Amino acid sequence: MRPRPVWAALRRRPAFLIGLALLLVLVAMALVPGLFTARDPAFCDVALSRRGPTAGAPFGYSLQGCDLYARVVYGTRASMVVGVCATAAVVVIGGLVGLVAGYAGGWVDAVLSRLADVFFGIPLLLGALVVLVAFPSDGSTPAWQTTAKVVLALTVLGWTTLARITRSTAIQVKQADYVLAARSLGSGHTRILARHVLPSAVGPVLAWATIAVGMFIAVEATLSFIGIGLQPPVVSWGIEIAEAQPYIRQSPHMLLFPSAFLSLTVLAFVLIGDASRAALDPRTRR
Amino acid sequence: MRRYVVRRLAQAVPVVVGATFLVYAMMWSLPGDPLAGRCDGPCPEAYVDRMTAAYNLADPLIVQYGKYMANLVTGDFGVTFAGAPVADELLQRLPVTLQLAALAVAVELILGVAAGVVAALRPGGVIDHLVLSSTLLVMAIPVFVAALLAQTVLGVHLGWFPITSDGSIGSLILPAIVLGSLSTAFVARLMRSSLIEGMYADHVRTAVAKGLSRRRVVTAHGVRNSLVPVVTLVGTDFGSLLGGAVVIEMIFNINGLGTLVLRSIRGGEIGTVTAVVTLLVLAFVLVNLAIDLIYPLLDPRIRLG
Amino acid sequence: MGWSGRGVALVLVAGVAVAACGEPDGPADAAPSSVAVRGCDPESPLVPAHTGESCGGQVVDQLFSKLIRYDPDTAEPVFEIAESIESDDNQTWVITLRPGWTFHDGQEITAHSFVDAWNWAAYAPNGAMNSRFFQPIEGYADLQPDGARRGTEITPDMVSRTEMSGLRVDDDLTFTVTLAQPEAAFPLRLGYAAFSPLPQRFFDDPESFGDAPVGSGPFEFVEWVRGSAITLRAYDGYRGDTQPQIDEVIFKIYQDDTAAYSDLQADNLDIMPYLPSSALADGAYISDLGDRFVQRDSLVVSKVTFAPEEVDPSVADPRLRQAISMAIDREAIIASIFHGTREPATGWVAPGVEGYQTNACGEYCTFQPEQARALLAAAGGYDETLTLTYNADGENKPWVDATCNSISNTLGVECVGVPVPDFGAFRSKINARKVGGMFRNVWQADYPSIESFLGPVYGTGATYNDADYSDPEFDRLIDEAAGSKGDDAIAAYQHAEQSLAQGMPSIPLWYMSTVAGYSTRISDVKITPFQTVDLLSVTLR
Repeated sequence: MRPRPVWAALRRRPAFLIGLALLLVLVAMALVPGLFTARDPAFCDVALSRRGPTAGAPFGYSLQGCDLYARVVYGTRASMVVGVCATAAVVVIGGLVGLVAGYAGGWVDAVLSRLADVFFGIPLLLGALVVLVAFPSDGSTPAWQTTAKVVLALTVLGWTTLARITRSTAIQVKQADYVLAARSLGSGHTRILARHVLPSAVGPVLAWATIAVGMFIAVEATLSFIGIGLQPPVVSWGIEIAEAQPYIRQSPHMLLFPSAFLSLTVLAFVLIGDASRAALDPRTRR
Repeated sequence: MRRYVVRRLAQAVPVVVGATFLVYAMMWSLPGDPLAGRCDGPCPEAYVDRMTAAYNLADPLIVQYGKYMANLVTGDFGVTFAGAPVADELLQRLPVTLQLAALAVAVELILGVAAGVVAALRPGGVIDHLVLSSTLLVMAIPVFVAALLAQTVLGVHLGWFPITSDGSIGSLILPAIVLGSLSTAFVARLMRSSLIEGMYADHVRTAVAKGLSRRRVVTAHGVRNSLVPVVTLVGTDFGSLLGGAVVIEMIFNINGLGTLVLRSIRGGEIGTVTAVVTLLVLAFVLVNLAIDLIYPLLDPRIRLG
Repeated sequence: MGWSGRGVALVLVAGVAVAACGEPDGPADAAPSSVAVRGCDPESPLVPAHTGESCGGQVVDQLFSKLIRYDPDTAEPVFEIAESIESDDNQTWVITLRPGWTFHDGQEITAHSFVDAWNWAAYAPNGAMNSRFFQPIEGYADLQPDGARRGTEITPDMVSRTEMSGLRVDDDLTFTVTLAQPEAAFPLRLGYAAFSPLPQRFFDDPESFGDAPVGSGPFEFVEWVRGSAITLRAYDGYRGDTQPQIDEVIFKIYQDDTAAYSDLQADNLDIMPYLPSSALADGAYISDLGDRFVQRDSLVVSKVTFAPEEVDPSVADPRLRQAISMAIDREAIIASIFHGTREPATGWVAPGVEGYQTNACGEYCTFQPEQARALLAAAGGYDETLTLTYNADGENKPWVDATCNSISNTLGVECVGVPVPDFGAFRSKINARKVGGMFRNVWQADYPSIESFLGPVYGTGATYNDADYSDPEFDRLIDEAAGSKGDDAIAAYQHAEQSLAQGMPSIPLWYMSTVAGYSTRISDVKITPFQTVDLLSVTLR
């Protein structure tokens, strides 16, 4: 499958374009939050506590009297970093395990597949919970460590689906005529993996990975909401939502804005992932 | 058939052992001394001895795990750090979480299948688009956000549902709908695509050619065949359902295993955490095993061997 | 495909169905004059000597009667079991009991019931959490090991005696208490649960006693379903002046405040001893409950204490401490975080005790941004990160963050809250002097007296002197107060309190108050100054 026709197909899908536009804005927010707000998310004046949206502060203020808009904008970075890093790690680990298992076959496949089954047997959120309990963080843990722990938790439990995808691609490709021909011409395993197997796995992996970013962001927010994911001073939507929970009745804006941003981010990835999966699927490209 | 069941069971054993061992090892071995920080200052010797005996902490990890699982099988779930048996509270709460999960699965199947069938009747129609876009939206809203929104809007503002649960079935309905929402979206989409695809299957085309109405063909043939992937999906998604149940129970204050596990995490009660997570992992693996075993009931074409 | 496959499926489905039918216990059909109080899981067995936290404390208080009880309105001590408590020198106290009092199992209460219970609690190898209450009694030290730290196992060979020399039984209804040093306010202590008498049954098997305690209070124990409810019923043989007006009390255990509050609104719960933030914010409870709430100041001062100089010299300068205190906008924090349910503290003694004075701390406990910055500059500034350590298992994070923000915004000093997972770990870190910067310190008076806020907390070498504060002038004033009576004593205590503003060992933040809500079924709900609900005065409508 060539990239060009896929792109052409994608370009005509409004869902994809909406998702892409959303994503571009969010990426910009994550990279240069200062472009979107001049306020300091860490500056909080308790006298402004729970004030609703006003001209200067479009999203209002949090319990501590911090500017919610600034906090939501700065919160994008943590979510994006966790989502993208976890997905990247999963793609590398899961992809490699799957390719090797599928291509090598035999006992290697048996061992790796059973291993994947074991990890698959632990639900993602529960497993992540356990990992984070084993490596707890608190306010005094450096921000990068807290984030790394969440990424680690998601990676340890999340790699199996991807391994299954690349394994089945590898098995299919291995039996294709052109690969058999290359083998008989004396190509080494590494070369065949790199030149033939890997490229055909890119499509399905990309489609799944896009959705996975959204999924990981949602799980991170859930863990942070529970109180064992990201920790302050890292600004995270999940933490903001947790702080807003007791005041749902009085100050719904505190819940609404971080929730909306979280959902929009997940939506962006779901839209793009869904559209590219459809575009890559020969059956739906009638 | 019997050989198949035995083989599937045999395959499930290493998964169960591996997954529960992973959980056990992470809880008890990774953080170093599991008793650290349990007491004000150094723990009294008698206490350390009691805990070491209760959890076989003096043994190598693998033996500890073996003894723990052996106890678990006989219904001994260990003791909390204060010395109370874990089983009491666990067994009291288990039925609540089972009810919640069962209700959520019912919601998934009923709502998801119905939406999928309605959408597939006229692909590209208004209803189809509605189903497709609404399921996308549901997929984008994390379960805990959906729960908070449902609680606020349907519970607090409209007063249609109780805000928190008192343990009765009625108070579990809203939590179950929210908990099942994500999987409902997946089920609806899968049902739809698999029905549309099935429409082109030979036996369906033949039936249409024989003069049966499209609607009748879809319901009589398509739905039944499409149930196989749907049930598989419900099985694989059962894991995220159990994870979601933790948050849902927290938000709706349901006295199930989820709130127990969160309370234990906060209190550092790793004995209880291990027991609950192990139990949920077991449930997940067993549900998927059960689903593999009931395939033939859904689709006669599947032959077990 | 034979029958077995279908059989497996049916069994599984049946399993789910059975499980789904396993209804948890709904609200039990309660007796007509039964009152449901919001409870929480007690941390330890229901034994007065072991119970230090409020979850178990509110139950223990109903189960056990004491020598005196505190009037729920005035906090004045009134005799309960005691007929008289007398002393000529404030050091030797003769306690006479009223005759005819019995435990719930019928055993008579005698002087031995007290002396044995007190000795048991003070004897360190028994590991009673409330052992410290007996410290003023002569011979207490003999029951404690030398220099042993909390947490290490104390064995009988580490202590020299099993009974305090200061306790002597004179006859069945009289006993004499000799204190290590004179203390005029000693009788005031005796209403605390730790001083309750215990029946023979306790000494036979202290381990299992706490699961089904036998006391002598207005209510007797019925059952404790862990994680669910603790049920008590009125005790027919209660000889106190006030008899309970209700037949049964059920402490319904909730993990979640919001759920309890919903039940309160629905009349499924009768008393909630304190309301959650979600109800307090913007006065929601007033529209929810109408007039069905009571508010009461309690004998509690919330403070942040500075680490001792040996632990963290960077916060030793009194000017720096005063600057930090003046940088905290107490009013704004109380309005936003506590929704007006606190009072800004102006000193180290809570209102409601004799000798309370306003403004003992003066301007140092008011929000003065300009002066705060000037004092900080005079103290040479502060370049490090100021830490405020707290226990994360209470609702502390919001006010800690707000306090730190207030300090940072005013002084430009970086300030962060540092959570410690639970109260036990938090206290043991402080006791081991491992916490620098500042830490949360809430002082609840064990008994309503100005003395209990000062001497035990700031006297040189005192038990609860977490700041290792030492000021000869303060010590002198406390000694002077202990040796005098009446107004002279009060005046000396007041001077001692004022002197604290110079060294600023801790920053007073606010005085606590409690807002309790109740259902439409009951009335006459009163909160005691100890933040508990007085169940003796509750009546059904």
